[in-house]
Amino acid sequence: MKIKFNWIFCGLSFLLGSTLLLTAGNVLAATDKSDQASLAMGSELFQTKCSVCHGSEGSGGVGMPLNLDDFLKTTSDKYLQQTIRLGRPGRVMPSFSELSDVQVQSLIKYIRSWKPDIKPPVYDQAHIAGDKEKGKQIFNAICINCHREEGIGGKGTGVTFSRPRDAEIIAPAIGNPAFLAAASDQMIKRIIMTGRESTPMMAATSMGLTEKDVDNVVTYLRSLSKGVALEHDHDYAPGAAVLTYESSYSLEETINNIKAAAIGYNFRYIREQTLNRGFVEKDQENKNQYLVYFCNFNFLNQALSIDPRIGMFLPFRATIMKKGDTVLVMTVNPNYLCSLFNNAELREGCEFMSEKYEAMLEESTL
Amino acid sequence: MTNRFKQLSLSTLFLVLFLCSAAAYAEHQKLIMGRSVDAFPESMSALQEEIKKAGYVLSFVQRVDVGLTGMGFKTDKYRVVFFGKPEEIKELPEKYPELVPYLPLAIAIFAEEQETVLTAMSPDFLGPAYLKEHSELKVIFNRWKKDIETIIEGVCYQ
Repeated sequence: MKIKFNWIFCGLSFLLGSTLLLTAGNVLAATDKSDQASLAMGSELFQTKCSVCHGSEGSGGVGMPLNLDDFLKTTSDKYLQQTIRLGRPGRVMPSFSELSDVQVQSLIKYIRSWKPDIKPPVYDQAHIAGDKEKGKQIFNAICINCHREEGIGGKGTGVTFSRPRDAEIIAPAIGNPAFLAAASDQMIKRIIMTGRESTPMMAATSMGLTEKDVDNVVTYLRSLSKGVALEHDHDYAPGAAVLTYESSYSLEETINNIKAAAIGYNFRYIREQTLNRGFVEKDQENKNQYLVYFCNFNFLNQALSIDPRIGMFLPFRATIMKKGDTVLVMTVNPNYLCSLFNNAELREGCEFMSEKYEAMLEESTL
Repeated sequence: MTNRFKQLSLSTLFLVLFLCSAAAYAEHQKLIMGRSVDAFPESMSALQEEIKKAGYVLSFVQRVDVGLTGMGFKTDKYRVVFFGKPEEIKELPEKYPELVPYLPLAIAIFAEEQETVLTAMSPDFLGPAYLKEHSELKVIFNRWKKDIETIIEGVCYQ
């Protein structure tokens, strides 16, 4: 009887064990498949949404490089998640707030898959309470050289690939409200303490800073986020899409006036053509619709260094059209175009250029 | 439920989620951008091909890099390609003169090391400026947007 009971017990144990093993195996297999699907989704999302700026393998471009060892060692998943969600107002990176949590997680999984040996850090969320004023003094003595006043970030975008830049990697905007919303105090402290290899960012000790100094800098940086809105283009009014002036002169006179005004405003005349040149035979071109191209190469170079994508609106051009008895002169409005780029630095240039355009158009039409 | 069915369901779910997000993103996307893993010369040829394939005429290539280097600045390859449909270039300025500064359509193409980046303004961006008075332009803007996306995708993902 005892033997029979043992056999039953053994049989039941075997069945239970096998079931558990099978279930565990199924769970593992399912997890593995779900991981693979998530990775595939992350890869696809990265290629369609991120790679154009960050490079097809995360080595950077218009956007920051993401595949550096030290970047992945020091940034938490929470930071990446918040950065994808919030973007960087005024600093090119748009907000991808429409992505679902699943999609954001899959993107992070994909980014992490480049360096699977690097374990993502998890930071304590406790705030650091240092001396803000002392932190500000240190910041203004050392950090400001790369990160600029109040941490608005280095000039330009990403890394030096297509254009000559001052630094291999542009110093990030560590005073940007979205950066501060994404990065915990402990994460900022760790980065300042250890520096970042492959970038100009040195470790605190190499800059002569103690841990207490670093705490003070973190406290100062944290104070910059107080009361600053996270929305992109919060108070930006771009104006009309086109600047239009009615000319008091004939078409020919207006074309000559525009060329003279452009030269007067430090532009170089490039060429003029009918609007439909290249679309019809030469003898069918519409002589009542003219384009005059001109360029300030110094400004062009600066604008492309700040954001290479601005080139789609270059070189500068004026459209001169005769419609009935009226001669119209039009240009795109640089202010309006600037709202395309989420780039505060470019905006200054666009405002400057809009003023110049208005002055030129006024001068050549009145 | 078989494993294969489970796998398909999972893939379908991810695909639906992905397409939904792409559509949602496209709704407010102001720039149409793409990255080709091919070098600049190959990408430039592909761009010209794709423009023709989409039924457009390439009217001019602005060699921004040549102008810059000629003035002593350093730059990698950078061009702006202008294109349009002859009938639109003829008709639209008559009906909508204020649209002319945005014609012909343009795509900027520039080298980033061994890869190439393409960017264009999405015609959606012009909507707030033009559609209030000329709602009929929406059809044209939508077509331009679709065509520019197709052209850039053709260069980058095929």
